[in-house]
Amino acid sequence: MTTLIERVASRFPDAVASSHAWRGDETVVLRREGLIEAARFVKEDPDLAMNFLMDLSAVDYSAFGKGPAPAFFSSSGVAVRPTPNIPDEDPWPGPPSSERFAVVYHFFSTTHKHRLRFVVPVGEDEPEVDSLVTLWPGANWLEREVWDLFGIRFKGHPDLRRILMYEEFEGHPLRKDYPVNKRQPLIGPVN
Amino acid sequence: MPEHASFLTSRLNEALGWARKYSIFQYPFVTACCGMEYMATACSHYDVDRFGAGFPRFSPRQADVLFVVGTISHKMAPVLKRIHDQMAEPKWVVAFGVCTCTGGFYDNYATVMGIDTILPVDVYIPGCPPRPEMVLDGLMKLQDKIHEEHRTGERPAPEERPETLDA
Ligand code: SF4
Repeated sequence: MTTLIERVASRFPDAVASSHAWRGDETVVLRREGLIEAARFVKEDPDLAMNFLMDLSAVDYSAFGKGPAPAFFSSSGVAVRPTPNIPDEDPWPGPPSSERFAVVYHFFSTTHKHRLRFVVPVGEDEPEVDSLVTLWPGANWLEREVWDLFGIRFKGHPDLRRILMYEEFEGHPLRKDYPVNKRQPLIGPVN
Repeated sequence: MPEHASFLTSRLNEALGWARKYSIFQYPFVTACCGMEYMATACSHYDVDRFGAGFPRFSPRQADVLFVVGTISHKMAPVLKRIHDQMAEPKWVVAFGVCTCTGGFYDNYATVMGIDTILPVDVYIPGCPPRPEMVLDGLMKLQDKIHEEHRTGERPAPEERPETLDA
């Protein structure tokens, strides 16, 4: 049985930059030129049939590895150690590329009950990827959210407006260089 | 004005205050988790109806007290201000939960750091969320204020904003 990664990689050898899988979660890192074709393939190929775009999000890696990692569990006093049957190694291969952003797509097939993740690295100079609204209409608001919070544009999106913040808001608050205390109130004093 | 007449009007005014404080029509502006605690307080176990405040009006034009229950974001702030502007005088505002008192633990691009930056607040009820007992205590404080206003003829000074305590 060929994995989902192999199918995508054999069909689009030029578009796939790398891939990894961890406990059945398969991830394909794609070059952005190949995104729309690969997405159409995973949606329309009857063996993959990814008819559900579960989530579409983005990551800003610009501050990655530059500060101490937040220790969520260490402060609780509870020792967090993997059980012996889980290999004690970090399964995450690290940032997908040296580019600042990565757009992440999670697909699910309701017919085959399998999942696949696409990661598309996007540079800071031209933060733009192709929109998937024509394939999954549900991508519409998700892409607006990524545009709103990360400032990544989606080429071909029918209505790329802010969705969470208001129109007058300046900047994209989930970018790591957005000052955490900066306030832009609509009314009332800046506090 | 003869002595007894002024006595009558002041007594009348006080009776009016008494009537007002026991027939609060509230507008619950519920935006977040504090809403659950608000419901717990409003339901039969704690029962705000005992204090005459059991009648929520979902129209600001018919409400006396604006209960701001839950986190207010900057995007929501103009809506809240407008609701407050639409209420008829006399009107009071209760900040329910630390989010509305000071912004609470939120310190980010989205949250208003206390609704008193945009509205006059009469009673602060801190807590995340406040216990129903605290809410009832706040409600009684508000009733005292309403009564006070009718007795003296002037509005009591607004509450001090609860400041962060030094640990
Ligand atoms: S004060 Fe706490 S419970 Fe109330 S809205 Fe804020 S976070 Fe939620």
